[in-house]
Amino acid sequence: MKALRRQRALADYTLAALARRKVKNLALVGVFSLVVFLLASAMFFASALRHEASAALEGVPDLIVQHLSLGRQGMISEDRIAELESIRGVSKVRGRLWGYYYDRVSGANYTVMVPDGGQMPAPGQVIVGEGIPRARGLDWEGAPLFLSRKQGDLNRFDIAQIYSSDSALLTADLLLMNEADFRAFFSVPEGVYTDIAARVRNANELATIIDKATSLMPDERFVSRDDIARTYMKLFDWREGLMVALGAMAMLAFAIFAADKASGLSAEEAREIGILKAIGWDTRDVIAMKLWEGGLVSVGAFLLGAVAAYAHVFWFGAPLFAPVLKGWAVIYPDFALAPVIDGSQLVTLFLLTVLPYAAATVVPVWRAASADPDAVMR
Amino acid sequence: MIFRTPILTLLLVSALAILVALGAAWFGQRVLRQWDLASGSRAQLVMERRTELISTLFAMVMLAEAVALFLFVFNADRMAALFVGAMCAVGTLNVNAYGFPALYAKISVFFAAAVWLVIDHVDRLGRDYPLTRAKYALVLAIAPLVLLAGGLELTYYLGLKTDVITSCCSKLFTPANAGLSDEMAAVDPALALWALAGAEALVLGLGAYAVQTGRGHGAFALAGAGFFAVAMTAIISVISLYIYENPNHHCPFCILQREYGYIGYAFYIPLFGATALALGLGAVAPFKRRDSLRAPLPPVLKRLTLWAMAGFAAFGAVTIYAILRSHLILLG
Repeated sequence: MKALRRQRALADYTLAALARRKVKNLALVGVFSLVVFLLASAMFFASALRHEASAALEGVPDLIVQHLSLGRQGMISEDRIAELESIRGVSKVRGRLWGYYYDRVSGANYTVMVPDGGQMPAPGQVIVGEGIPRARGLDWEGAPLFLSRKQGDLNRFDIAQIYSSDSALLTADLLLMNEADFRAFFSVPEGVYTDIAARVRNANELATIIDKATSLMPDERFVSRDDIARTYMKLFDWREGLMVALGAMAMLAFAIFAADKASGLSAEEAREIGILKAIGWDTRDVIAMKLWEGGLVSVGAFLLGAVAAYAHVFWFGAPLFAPVLKGWAVIYPDFALAPVIDGSQLVTLFLLTVLPYAAATVVPVWRAASADPDAVMR
Repeated sequence: MIFRTPILTLLLVSALAILVALGAAWFGQRVLRQWDLASGSRAQLVMERRTELISTLFAMVMLAEAVALFLFVFNADRMAALFVGAMCAVGTLNVNAYGFPALYAKISVFFAAAVWLVIDHVDRLGRDYPLTRAKYALVLAIAPLVLLAGGLELTYYLGLKTDVITSCCSKLFTPANAGLSDEMAAVDPALALWALAGAEALVLGLGAYAVQTGRGHGAFALAGAGFFAVAMTAIISVISLYIYENPNHHCPFCILQREYGYIGYAFYIPLFGATALALGLGAVAPFKRRDSLRAPLPPVLKRLTLWAMAGFAAFGAVTIYAILRSHLILLG
């Protein structure tokens, strides 16, 4: 209890002391919170992207089979579907048709797909994501979409439906076509597909199934959903790590700045320490008071920076970092990030910012606190 | 793999800890050789002043190391998704040969740091720096440990290759993988539970005795260390079974995952905290009879003992809760 009372009195005193040097301390908190803001924005944004990616990947088939020719992906033969179906544990095998279309009018790439089942558009019609009318400037309802593959070629498609922006991350540049239209438009012969997707009922069997399938069709490449998820996670981790490493440089610069600030005591502060020691505080009390000061400054800056980063990322869509972290495209989906933060991130951020600051200021604080009262006051 | 925020942070903490530990050790050997409170020489005065700095810095870094231990495990758990075959921290730590040694080294640093923090706290109670020599002797022992833990951690993270196929925890705790983990998993569930109950009664009883009489802290510390071993065995051999509701899954790391409501932290935080306090108590109890500590030490011992007992009791309470909540019927 006594210890608690002592700490409370110290905190009380420190707050008053901080308020006496408002400008200097506000400047310190301001710069510190800027550093925290940079680091926190990068971390929050990357974690939100990881979350989006894993949510998006839930709809991805368990297993994708691609044909490799000359080391690149080629069209895969229809016969593979039956071969794959013959493996026990594999279900819902279907060939997929998809590709990219470069639109010279808007300078953007569209993802063209043939949907399976449900939403198959009628011949001559397409379903598009919200990004395509936006890129093309098709402002009015019912405007047809003209696609040209080469000079003098024009194909008319009627837009049957436009996806809303709720699913923009997945559908912004999507163009769904009827199978016959797709084959005619891209000159894809019958009997081949872009790749084959399959479900595997028991996830634990996936590795065995891939083994069996590989020996059955050695020319094909098998990509599981976990492979894709891992790649995404690594990619985002790496980008986040780079941003954080850059931010850590800022943190280092700030730590040097803070150490410098703490060692260059103003005459007034030196006098204050001198008076405190003259009236009976010992070195330990002065250090404790100074640590309180550092603690209040860093917690204040931490909260300010973290809240600002939260607002920046989740309310304003991280305009400062988006180009680096999410990549870039002509048709970029407009999507709101789901706020995903966990305790470990905050702990990490706290260690990453407050610890260097504390370590940088302890030595100057100690030097000031352990000086003789008459020496500092003189 | 090193470009991952938690890894960068952990390495930063380790680097700071190594820096401070080396500085403190350098200072510590001087203290051991030259410390003489009776002397009024300039060197002694400077040293007395400097102990404040070293204590503050070292305490700060050791606290950070304690947080870093949990971050290390949490991060290992999170990274499991990156490795083929890994499903929890075990898989991640098994990716190369340095994962588990790094974890054990970090745990040792945690306990050593806790003991040191308790000694430091007690040392500050006496006006004549009664434990300074002991404190810096311990620093000399901790510094190589910190160095080792940091080195193992760095080697482990530099050697993380995601194309390695690692093994899942379900493989580690089976007879196919002989070792201590397998032995712990093979302990009879009923025996493990009885042993846990016995250890709990013993440690709480000794704690109550120490609080009542102000004696027997050494025995309490020993019982605390024993409780730690029994509790870890119980987690692996029986408590985890109740949590997973599966009579074959013994992993002590999966209980840290979201699927199980992070209940593992409710086990480990009180257990590690209480054990650390008990060890610290055992380390400072012999100094009870020092003149300058005769008055201030007993209330501190009492308070720390009560906290440690609260931790051990909390572990028991969480165990009972986990067993009651479970749908698994293992005994009877």
